[in-house]
Amino acid sequence: MDFLRPASWEEALAAKAEHPTAVPIAGGTDVMVEINFDHRRPEYLLDLNRIGDLTEWEVGGESVRLGASVPYTAIMESLRTELPGLALASHTVASPQIRNRGGVGGNLGTASPAGDAHPALLAAGAEVEAESVRGSRMIPIDAFYTGVKRNALAPDELIRAVHIRKADGPQQYSKVGTRNAMVIAVCAFGLALHPESRTVRTGIGSAAPTPVRAEAAEDFLNAALEEGGFWESGKIITPSVAKQFAELASGACNPIDDVRGTARYRRHAVGIMARRTLGWTWEQYRGTARTLEGAA
Amino acid sequence: MRVNFTVNGRRQEADDVWEGESLLYVLRERLGLPGSKNACEQGECGSCTVRLDGVPVCSCLVAAGQVEGREVVTVEGLADYARQREEGCASGACGGAPGGTSLQDARGWSAQGTDSHTGEGTELAPIQQAFIDAGAVQCGFCTPGLLVAADEMLERNPSPTDEDIREALSGNLCRCTGYEKILDAVRLAAARQERQEEAV
Amino acid sequence: MTQHTRVASTPAGTPTDVTQGSRTRGGIGESTLRPDGTLKVTGEFAYSSDMWHEDMLWGQILRSTVAHAEIVSIDTSEALAQAGVYAVLTYEDLPTEVRNYGLEIQDTPVLANGVVRHHGEPVALVAADHPETARRAAAKIKVEYRELPVVTDEASAVAEDAPLLHPGRDDHHVGHVPHPNIVHRQPIVRGDADAAAARADVVVSGEYTFGMQDQAFLGPESGLAVPAEDGGVDLYVATQWLHSDLRQIAPVLGLPEEKVRMTLSGVGGAFGGREDLSMQIHACLLALRTGKPVKIVYNRFESFFGHVHRHPAKLWYEHGATRDGKLTHMRCRIVLDGGAYASASPAVVGNASSLSVGPYVVDDVDIEAIALYTNNPPCGAMRGFGAVQACFAYEAQMDKLAAALDMDPVALRQLNAMEQGTLLPTGQPVDSPAPVAELLRRVKSRPLPPERQWETTEGADVRALPGGLSNTTHGEGVVRGVGYAVGIKNVGFSEGFDDYSTAKVRMEVVGGEPVATVHTAMAEVGQGGITVHAQIARTELGVTQVTINPADTQVGSAGSTSASRQTYVTGGAVRNSCELVRDKVLEIGRRRFGSYHPAWATAELLLEGGKVVTDGGEVLADLAEVLQDEVVEVEAEWRHRPTEAFDLRTGQGNGHVQYSFAAHRAVVEVDTELGLVKVIELACAQDVGKALNPLSVIGQIQGGTTQGLGVAVMEEIIVDPKTAKVRNPSFTDYLIPTILDTPTIPVDVLELADEHAPYGLRGIGEAPTLSSTPAVLAAIRNATGLELNRTPVRPEHLTGT
Repeated sequence: MDFLRPASWEEALAAKAEHPTAVPIAGGTDVMVEINFDHRRPEYLLDLNRIGDLTEWEVGGESVRLGASVPYTAIMESLRTELPGLALASHTVASPQIRNRGGVGGNLGTASPAGDAHPALLAAGAEVEAESVRGSRMIPIDAFYTGVKRNALAPDELIRAVHIRKADGPQQYSKVGTRNAMVIAVCAFGLALHPESRTVRTGIGSAAPTPVRAEAAEDFLNAALEEGGFWESGKIITPSVAKQFAELASGACNPIDDVRGTARYRRHAVGIMARRTLGWTWEQYRGTARTLEGAA
Repeated sequence: MRVNFTVNGRRQEADDVWEGESLLYVLRERLGLPGSKNACEQGECGSCTVRLDGVPVCSCLVAAGQVEGREVVTVEGLADYARQREEGCASGACGGAPGGTSLQDARGWSAQGTDSHTGEGTELAPIQQAFIDAGAVQCGFCTPGLLVAADEMLERNPSPTDEDIREALSGNLCRCTGYEKILDAVRLAAARQERQEEAV
Repeated sequence: MTQHTRVASTPAGTPTDVTQGSRTRGGIGESTLRPDGTLKVTGEFAYSSDMWHEDMLWGQILRSTVAHAEIVSIDTSEALAQAGVYAVLTYEDLPTEVRNYGLEIQDTPVLANGVVRHHGEPVALVAADHPETARRAAAKIKVEYRELPVVTDEASAVAEDAPLLHPGRDDHHVGHVPHPNIVHRQPIVRGDADAAAARADVVVSGEYTFGMQDQAFLGPESGLAVPAEDGGVDLYVATQWLHSDLRQIAPVLGLPEEKVRMTLSGVGGAFGGREDLSMQIHACLLALRTGKPVKIVYNRFESFFGHVHRHPAKLWYEHGATRDGKLTHMRCRIVLDGGAYASASPAVVGNASSLSVGPYVVDDVDIEAIALYTNNPPCGAMRGFGAVQACFAYEAQMDKLAAALDMDPVALRQLNAMEQGTLLPTGQPVDSPAPVAELLRRVKSRPLPPERQWETTEGADVRALPGGLSNTTHGEGVVRGVGYAVGIKNVGFSEGFDDYSTAKVRMEVVGGEPVATVHTAMAEVGQGGITVHAQIARTELGVTQVTINPADTQVGSAGSTSASRQTYVTGGAVRNSCELVRDKVLEIGRRRFGSYHPAWATAELLLEGGKVVTDGGEVLADLAEVLQDEVVEVEAEWRHRPTEAFDLRTGQGNGHVQYSFAAHRAVVEVDTELGLVKVIELACAQDVGKALNPLSVIGQIQGGTTQGLGVAVMEEIIVDPKTAKVRNPSFTDYLIPTILDTPTIPVDVLELADEHAPYGLRGIGEAPTLSSTPAVLAAIRNATGLELNRTPVRPEHLTGT
């Protein structure tokens, strides 16, 4: 095993180009477990800790450019306004110690369906900034997850940042685990209201081979909200609409039975979380709407 | 490979480090600092918690090569670390008056009269003394990690609620105590810290 | 590098004496602090995995990847050829004809002999200069398996064509079991259950399942074996019983016991999981083969294969009662899965059967308990064994019965609660206080925690809700439930076992002060035994300064740190040796000073505050003057009252020596839609006889309670029923409670003395683990209305998915 310690992003890209099998290590919270338990013996470890700008973020007009290694703790504490869904998701990641080290780049690189960040990224809308010596490209989050623990990166590419759309409305995130802290998701659900475009986006974790959006549920809800004039009126969402949204979210799952939970439970729980997160975000939206009305 | 870094304020060099070694292994097996514990080696128990450039992390999940040039504080250095922090305060950084031996007073405010030799003759961080006094130590395997995590929380949040304590320590498993005495210890350390600050 | 500053001859981390001095008296009944506390908070306390020796090698164990198979061939040549590899050993390399070990039945091969019987069974050993070298070499050992059908439950164990796990059994149980795949069977028949059933107005029955729990102590199995010049070996290890280890290790090594010198290293928790051997023999074999010190440290994955677990169980129960709630009879059948090797299975069967009725008066019973041999992971000792599984089932039955009678579940229990004098199903009278009804009264009379504690001015605090930080509910679907349970656990080794301990106590004058030294082989595993030993020595010898020597095999056996027995038995031995020392000191005093004061001959003399005093308080002499430069030392064995074996057909017999009782009230909040549970409060009342160290007593009760909570809602080793392979050997998927899963645990301590025990004390460690689980289950049933006949409860069970 060789340990590569690039001092700059350019050096890192060059190293990855030279050794495409090199495994990037940043927070180490996935890679080191595999090494400690002898599941993996990569030829090269590519340490990204020395590249300072990977832990920085910039808040732009439309989106936040989040460095791949920005720790979850920083997202929780500093980006709650811009990225509320991701901040909530970050708060559910493992333990404080892990949140101090791990970042979204690691979740994306590993591309486990159980990664906590994925549903929030899918719901908010995001693009992954991937780069190699050949150049840089933006991969839409919807096209990023290609299979179980597989992603759209080329062997010579590294994740530099994620560009996440700034919240234009309430966002929520729920995750089911069988413990009240430090637990891997049995399943998870992210939901974002986008009042500007009058759309709702979702993300489901751990209930399909890859993180997925509940597209049929989104389409149904978008239509129902539009037809009912809910966005303008801010009235309470009809229980039958919420129910059907939840059922369609369940239907978007393609889960398995494993030691963490049954497929049936996962489908069931995603439905519950879909209904609840819709309720919470909509309440928040109505609250905001009312405040705005009042101010006007 | 060779790794140079600072542990508890001292420069250290580890040689012939295998590239897959963790910081935990280097501390325990190469530097003679076995205080950080090897309970799960998968980031699911917190017993290996150290501060890396001030931040609590699981040392089992830090590759040894990643600590090159960085600063690590382990449980073995906690008393010094706390003393230096306190001195930092005493010299005006926290607005208090210089000097002050109110740590003694705080220690005197113990739940039960200390009748044992425990704690005597060894300089301890307030959180360490509180763990002893409150009965938060049984087998002690989780203790080093909990101490590092709890000390850091009290640094950030000197007056934590019970839920704050629980959240901050939710990455540290203990199998012996049922956590009640650990909560007691952190509350005790926080109370002593408050008394001390009132005193200066 | 600081390594070379360490001394090469004694391993780094060798245990040293801990001295407990004292300003105040520090005797029994005070919450004196742990003598090892400072070492433990500074990181200097040397656990078995912290041991280090110049020039040491690392041992690695290759374990079977299948549960049941013939080993067709093992090829170690490639592993041996690796640079840095010093030895590779298989069954063929074992040095003597003794190649099995075991606590009671020597059925466990040191290394697999042509067959593996469970997933993770040791097959080969490697010693190398770095753990990674050892791992890589182990991976290069080629083992060819021919898989055999697996036995995984009672049906497959006793099927006509069932493969026999241990053909040719010659142990002392084989004669009375109905099938060779049954380790032990204990029926208990008392009264006439059929006739009594005819008197019942209400009969309830149920089938209950208890999952496989892991001790999950945090300090993984580890130790260091150092070969000695005399051909022997020095072993530093974490265990629960040094002498039991020694008895099993020495014959396999072909060494006399005196050449295997064992020292207890720091133990990172035990809970029963260190009662059996793990790496002990393997490290010694490698050390003796290579002539170098060998350290073995399991990682968490290996730890799940490296020790026995709590027996999973299927329990069928039937209870009857008259209309007014009096129990008429109880019938039960308890099937415990012992896995591939016997370990403590026979004793688990004895406890499960003899305590199957719980702390209740039932005169007519028909009981059967068995333990199976299967290809599942071996199961053995864990906190409260046998009694834990039974308590889960009989307490569920009591609630079911209360519902059928439309009675308050606590009132039903109190109506049938045993008392001092009650006969157990074994015919043995309970001859010390049994305040079962009072314990229930105490937990029930506590005020309930306030409702909806999650509500804050800023909305819901998810940390106080089911799901916690995962943000699954802000109060939706959350229903509160309250449940009660009470249990009975025997203390000490039962069924005729010669349960004794040994203590060596020395008294001398050091620097003008009388000092006592206590030396036992008791394994301090975190419970605080050493704290108590110092307290006893102070109380009995009137000194302030007590030194506790490291536990090793240079002193007689202390028995196991299990069965809640150490404070009773080794505490009793320390007290006994102190009394003998005191007699000798007084003898010296009489010799020196007897002629000066008549009280030396006539009064009852005590040692207090460093002086010899009369029972009237008159000071006769300073201990320092009495002793001068004489050293008084006594090593003596002490045993509790003898017990007897249970009759193999009727189960009658005075099998137990003492009992421990605890009751719990659980308050839970259940997210009924998602099936997530948050335990809000878990109140316990326990009779401890006499709290020698109240702070430690409460710590034990809270810790035991939390382990019971774990197996109620999350903890289970999941074994694939088709392959008998373990599916979750990690802390990612075997979950134990975090601080956010653990509620406040108020403890109410009763001290009703057992006149037969030292100071009236009761062993306390296990009882709280019994009733905690059924109390939580009862509370969840109360919240959901579901039957819930299985523990742990999973979200699937609560949501019907």
